[in-house]
Amino acid sequence: MAELDFAGPVLSEGGTWRFPPHQPLRLDSGATLENLEIAYRTWGTLNEDGTNAVLICHALSLDQHVAGVHPVSGKAGWWTRLVGPGQPIDPARHFIICSNVIGGCSGSTGPASINPATGKAYGLTFPVITIADMVRAQAMLVEALGVESLLAVIGGSMGGMQVQQWAADYPDKMFSAVIVASASRHSAQNIAFHEVGRQAIMADPDWKAGAYALGKSRPEKGLAVARMAAHITYLSEPALQRKFGRELQRDGLSWGFDADFQVESYLRHQGASFVDRFDANSYLYITRAMDYFDLAASHGGVLAQAFAGARHVRFCVLSFTSDWLYPTAENRHIVRALTAAGCRAAFVEIESDKGHDAFLLDEPVMDAALQGFLSSVERERGLSK
Amino acid sequence: MIREDFKEILRLVRPGSRVLDVGCGEGVLLDLLTQEKQVDGRGLEISAAGVAACMSRGLSVVQGDADQDLDHFPDRTFDYAVLSQTLQATRRPRHVLDELLRIADRAVVSFPNFGHWRVRWSLLHRGRMPETAALPLPWWETPNIHLCTLADFLALTDELDVRIDACAAFAGNGPARQIDPTKAVENWRAETCLFMLSRNPAPASPLASAEPPAPSGDLFDG
Repeated sequence: MAELDFAGPVLSEGGTWRFPPHQPLRLDSGATLENLEIAYRTWGTLNEDGTNAVLICHALSLDQHVAGVHPVSGKAGWWTRLVGPGQPIDPARHFIICSNVIGGCSGSTGPASINPATGKAYGLTFPVITIADMVRAQAMLVEALGVESLLAVIGGSMGGMQVQQWAADYPDKMFSAVIVASASRHSAQNIAFHEVGRQAIMADPDWKAGAYALGKSRPEKGLAVARMAAHITYLSEPALQRKFGRELQRDGLSWGFDADFQVESYLRHQGASFVDRFDANSYLYITRAMDYFDLAASHGGVLAQAFAGARHVRFCVLSFTSDWLYPTAENRHIVRALTAAGCRAAFVEIESDKGHDAFLLDEPVMDAALQGFLSSVERERGLSK
Repeated sequence: MIREDFKEILRLVRPGSRVLDVGCGEGVLLDLLTQEKQVDGRGLEISAAGVAACMSRGLSVVQGDADQDLDHFPDRTFDYAVLSQTLQATRRPRHVLDELLRIADRAVVSFPNFGHWRVRWSLLHRGRMPETAALPLPWWETPNIHLCTLADFLALTDELDVRIDACAAFAGNGPARQIDPTKAVENWRAETCLFMLSRNPAPASPLASAEPPAPSGDLFDG
């Protein structure tokens, strides 16, 4: 499968990679997944030395369509500001890979996939997965694509968790790492917000203990509420205030429970449009993986230990002043562990009032920092002067 | 044009060594040290714009400040820790100096000498806080909250049991002048001072204790 999706002769390839039949994926829970499929896309070509591959790891509600055009929605990819012709990550220079995480719902094996053993959708029989499981599957895809060493592994939010996991588990397969607006573990508040979302889904009668694939309706109301609650955590109070304030939808109050305020209508829209593109069970599984993430805990309680093998890797960590989901303190915690491990780390906190979502939005300082970091990494790897 | 104090630092630092530049600004000194002395350089810088400039130079620089972030470096990670014209602006200069010599075998520290004759004259004659070439800002705007004289600094090195390996004085844009800092006249003559310091006794191999222990078994590797 190949398609032309940039203006110009930039080939985007991708499709679905199937694990070889004799190679099940062993999960942290102890379970295994057979016949695993990973949906991915690539842009550009791997150079002869195999030194120009860039892996981009996506966040909770995103997918492999980081650049180009999304085949279903027809909208631009979620990071076209950074990935595309003339951008810091450029198919003319890089071999760009982005894959849907396992447990996801954009083509990779997840709870909505058919369990080959039963011929029915997994639902809640799908095993609980971790960030390390996602990365282990990604690493096999990367190997299958013929890439031995990645120039950079890049990700924001949950993507940044995967980048840290890469540095802990596969440091010898990477040259540099970019971690944006992320954390080395979920805080009590992070887990609490996710639990609200999960409870909203599970309280929806259409959820049917996860077996809704058999029926006609899906737990859309529950998933929409989960998205609404989560969406608030992606924005900052000043951004909400600036965008909506107490503005009303129409003249006067309704003296009822319609969406009087613009912010209500906005959140309802966010919830309603999310259910068109996301699976409720996937939401349960991926938020669980994020809650379970605690990189220090799996390394003797010392985060620096997780990075002990990555001293040759160049790290770039970025945070945003108004991000209260993964605040600067959490990102700085990663940086201090990198420092303590003797890794080469660059870190900058970017002034922004856009909250956690700043990493997906127009932030010129972030673009410049990333561009600067990546071009110096390319120079160091002999890709440019 | 290379700043005179940078020239002196370039002269002092051994090629191929590991250097931390605390308050590295836009990375000019780190860049020089990397290119001319092939050092493995790291930086700490408080301003986001400074860090961004360093990143585009390919330097590994972390946003942070001397008062808080030195504590997170392991012992003897570096051969040299450079603190250029910043000590007097820290909240806890004594702690910072102590930390520099914990994380590095040698500290290269420069500061404006409050004992310089112009400073003394200004205070004596005008009765006002001095505004000189080395201390250009008025009292209500200066970041310098812990100014000291050359003699004060010597007393602190004594207290911390720190050895002085080299000392140079600067005045205006002139070249470095090697001085004996214990001579009383230098406390009048030196406009800014640059010290290279180390712990007593002499440092052992710089790499000896910098290696973190090997990682324990990886739970996730199956």
